[in-house]
Amino acid sequence: MSTLKITCAFAAALVAGSVMAAESPNLGQPITEKEAAAWDLSTDATGFNLPPGKGTVKQGEEIFYNKCQACHGEKGVGTPGDKLAGGKGTLMGDQAPVKTVGSYWPYATTLFDYVRRAMPLTEPQSLTNNEVYALSAYVLYLNELVPANATMDAKSLPKVKMPNRGNFTIVYPGKIP
Amino acid sequence: MSEHIDADVVAGNGLLDRRLFLRQGGLFGIVGLAGLGAYAKPVEAETLMVPEWSKTPGAWVGGYTLPSKFETKVARTPFPAGPYNGIGPGSARAPLQFLDGMITPNGVHYERSHNGIPDINPDTHRLLIHGLVKRPLTFTVESLSRYPMTSRIAFVECAGNSGALYADKPAEGTAQTLHGLVSCAEWTGVPLAMLLEEAGVDPAAKWLVAEGADAAAMSRSVPLAKALDDAIVALYQNGERVRPANGYPMRLLLPGFQGNMNVKWLRRIKLLREPAMTKDETSKYSLLLKEGKVAQFNFPLDAKSVITKPSPGVNMTAPGLYEISGIAWSGNGKISKVEVSADGGKSWAPAALSEPVLSKAITRFRIPWRWSGGPAILQSRAIDETGYVQPSREQQIVARGSRAAYHCNLITSWGISDQGEVKHVYA
Repeated sequence: MSTLKITCAFAAALVAGSVMAAESPNLGQPITEKEAAAWDLSTDATGFNLPPGKGTVKQGEEIFYNKCQACHGEKGVGTPGDKLAGGKGTLMGDQAPVKTVGSYWPYATTLFDYVRRAMPLTEPQSLTNNEVYALSAYVLYLNELVPANATMDAKSLPKVKMPNRGNFTIVYPGKIP
Repeated sequence: MSEHIDADVVAGNGLLDRRLFLRQGGLFGIVGLAGLGAYAKPVEAETLMVPEWSKTPGAWVGGYTLPSKFETKVARTPFPAGPYNGIGPGSARAPLQFLDGMITPNGVHYERSHNGIPDINPDTHRLLIHGLVKRPLTFTVESLSRYPMTSRIAFVECAGNSGALYADKPAEGTAQTLHGLVSCAEWTGVPLAMLLEEAGVDPAAKWLVAEGADAAAMSRSVPLAKALDDAIVALYQNGERVRPANGYPMRLLLPGFQGNMNVKWLRRIKLLREPAMTKDETSKYSLLLKEGKVAQFNFPLDAKSVITKPSPGVNMTAPGLYEISGIAWSGNGKISKVEVSADGGKSWAPAALSEPVLSKAITRFRIPWRWSGGPAILQSRAIDETGYVQPSREQQIVARGSRAAYHCNLITSWGISDQGEVKHVYA
């Protein structure tokens, strides 16, 4: 165990090293953000780093029919894939909660972030940004959160009011009992 | 002799002093065991024969070997192939009831993936560190292998582990199917703090998002404070390169935090002001509490324990002396004590903890038990160095309701029939 203690002490020294500037082999290869752009899929609730592009509910409906419906069902009613719409009111009481984009998700930007990186299951990262915006618009429309003529883009998507947002509390750095 | 046995009873229904077996070498132990032997079924004497494998040369040496062919039951239970013809999200649970000690062998370490296990060529894999840093950098597996390494034995547990115990009725299952989304390994790799320092952290950064190279590009936000504290970019698992199902060629290790955050196939770390609010930290891995309230970013896994021997499928045979054994762990530090009950929680006795007892690692506990042959309900409860006590089922349901789905760490009850059959029950 002495080796382990030594390595743990070493790790602790490294953390302290942000002050002491610990020695490092310095083998990281410099890269520019532009060169890394193809990998940079992250956004946040404010819409930070959302890409250019836009899509409408109508366009989204067609893409959904062709690429999503086989798993998520007509109008996103679900199975075998996650249920995407409905579930309103099921988070209260003791009933089985139906967690959908409309009933549960706190941020609309998550929809873009997730669809862009992971959907469709068999062809992730194959959709254009316009297609991802269109699908986001359509799924929000299915949940009655945007009107049938809505267009989603980097500005409009973060502004969509998600009904369950107010029930979310960030517990870090604490934890629940 | 029976007085000696009774002197070792420390709690109801036959729990014995945890030091009983340690004394076996002495005269007392011999006498004590002889007395206990009276409870065992008499075994017919057998005449020893020289077996075939002693009379012929054995197999030639192998390159990378597998366990004995007689141990095939020691395997994970892969989640059914499901509706997507064997692609998509999957999980496989560790066979806890067939393991002993604190380490999970690599071949049966639990796994959970969101769109399959990628087949990554280490020569072309890159780790990108960017965002709020002075110098965005990429690292190859080869270059990371030249960094000073740190080793740490740590458990990883899926936040959804044991979730079935929130249900109103006790689910049928084994230690594996109910609790098998936890494992413990020695992880070796480069402290993330060292790589972040090389990139130069912008003081505005408070979070980072870690992302995998799998087909789900699974991503989670991590507080920068945790990354600088004890995070490791792990390259080795129990001495060999991290297994594909556990993130080959590298994974993030965040000791004590939700398994999902220990991002496998790690390819990107971006430093941010705010969390990214990804799917897996909003719609999943958040806890639905009472009155529709949701707890998000509840990261550490609280103290938990489960008895693995006996447990469903590892039944009792004849009345007599047994060792109860199990595992305990806490995402908040070391296990300081494990107590065991054989009467459904009416009385408790401290178990022996097998060394080493390490922070945020699985700790093996053991206690001798004289089973009378009557019904019993076995329970264990872990207490960690912060003083946290693993809650009863009632306490946890009162605090959270029964729909939280994640972070279930309530006390498990194994009911034992007078036939010695072990079943999951509520007590």
